[in-house]
Amino acid sequence: MNTPDELRYAKSHEWVRTDDGDVVTVGITDHAQDQLGDVVFVELPEVGRKVKAGDTVAVIESVKTASDIYAPVSGEVTAVNDALDAKPETVNESPYGDGWLFRISGSADGEIEGLLDAAGYLRSLDED
Amino acid sequence: MQRTPLYQKHVESGARMVEFAGYEMPLHYKGGINEEHLTVRSAAGLFDVSHMAELQVTGPEATPFLQYATLNDPGKLKLGRGQYNMLPNDTGGIIDDLYVYREGEDQYLIVANAANREAVAGHLGALAEGRDCDVRDVTDDWALVALQGPRAALVLEGLVDMDLTAIKRNATASAQLSGVPVTLSRTGYTGEDGFEIFSSSKDAGSVWDVLVRAGSVPCGLGARDTLRLEAGFPLYGHELTESTNPLCTGFAWVVKDKEFHGRAAMWDAQCEQRLVGIRMVDRAIPRQGYRVMDRDRDIVGEVTSGTLSPLTRESVGFAWVDADLSEPGTRVWVEVRGRPMAALVVKPPFHSS
Repeated sequence: MNTPDELRYAKSHEWVRTDDGDVVTVGITDHAQDQLGDVVFVELPEVGRKVKAGDTVAVIESVKTASDIYAPVSGEVTAVNDALDAKPETVNESPYGDGWLFRISGSADGEIEGLLDAAGYLRSLDED
Repeated sequence: MQRTPLYQKHVESGARMVEFAGYEMPLHYKGGINEEHLTVRSAAGLFDVSHMAELQVTGPEATPFLQYATLNDPGKLKLGRGQYNMLPNDTGGIIDDLYVYREGEDQYLIVANAANREAVAGHLGALAEGRDCDVRDVTDDWALVALQGPRAALVLEGLVDMDLTAIKRNATASAQLSGVPVTLSRTGYTGEDGFEIFSSSKDAGSVWDVLVRAGSVPCGLGARDTLRLEAGFPLYGHELTESTNPLCTGFAWVVKDKEFHGRAAMWDAQCEQRLVGIRMVDRAIPRQGYRVMDRDRDIVGEVTSGTLSPLTRESVGFAWVDADLSEPGTRVWVEVRGRPMAALVVKPPFHSS
């Protein structure tokens, strides 16, 4: 299972990458995509939506089930990955790359640091 | 948790194992559900269905007993033939759906859903009290695999000592499969040609290996579910339940006009709702339990199964809807995460051209 060291993680299986300035990119982990199986539909938030950490902001549907995706940090949604509309399977093929879900800007101080590091995320999987 | 005789094969093949009806079963292998689904539609897939229950009914009264206990008419079966059938309860609902094979003049083999093994055995046993026939649970004697797809016969023909064209749909035959005694049944749950292959539990591993080596691809319960749904077949616990009147569904053809257990309750009931196929117009996937609404957003029913068809890429499913909305072409709305999404009532199957 791939869990890159440079990312931060939420226990609910989202990853967060800090981009330029205060913008972060969010996706789901390799572990999460593997558990879901074939992703067939991704419902993404509206650009401009204000979210709080823990809000349900997206839904990923696999063949078997629909799973909520939570905002790992607060802020405003500044971009969504529209390419997933035509190719939702990208979430399986490239969970940390082209399979990203959305970007959030303006998270509060300390929110990102409060997320898990790779080792912490892997430990949280053992607790499940 | 129970395991089928093929458990080790699944683990060795890298299957994602899940609990199903008290068994540890493969949900899918490395290729995933979609790929397995498409393999069955285009080539040949191999399913372990050894968890399914088998019961044998024997005795001079076996035929009239099963004619009374089930909705279809096993008495119409020629020797070696099988039929789809259902077991009614006393309130007009369904205890399980079944396949019934006539093994002899007074001998039948029933294949039932794993989850309903005790319910079926208990009900048939009680109903057979005082009758000159015996109901015996023989589940543990049998392993069962399903070889399904347009290439199923090609995979099988080099391995068996007989001409497969002699086995018509719903017929069975005894054969040697690479030296292993098996019963071949030209049946399945995918909407494709194929065979269900009964062997003794101890021979299951070699049957599996031989069929995989001959080119069939292991497929799990995930693809089994999407295939049956696309083909328009019901799944017990979804389309059929203890409170489902089959006369209000597209499976009413199973019910024959004869004396059977619970007939009055079933026959006299009004169908306020009907079970229909739906195809989404808006982009959303219907799931079991989602509510169905009419134009005025009044609740008119509920989804029983749904998926995105791996073959057509359309979202399809089954749903109960008020009877006046059950005609194909009628527009209904499925409530998906609080929003009404448009759908059309359609006649299954969902994949045929």
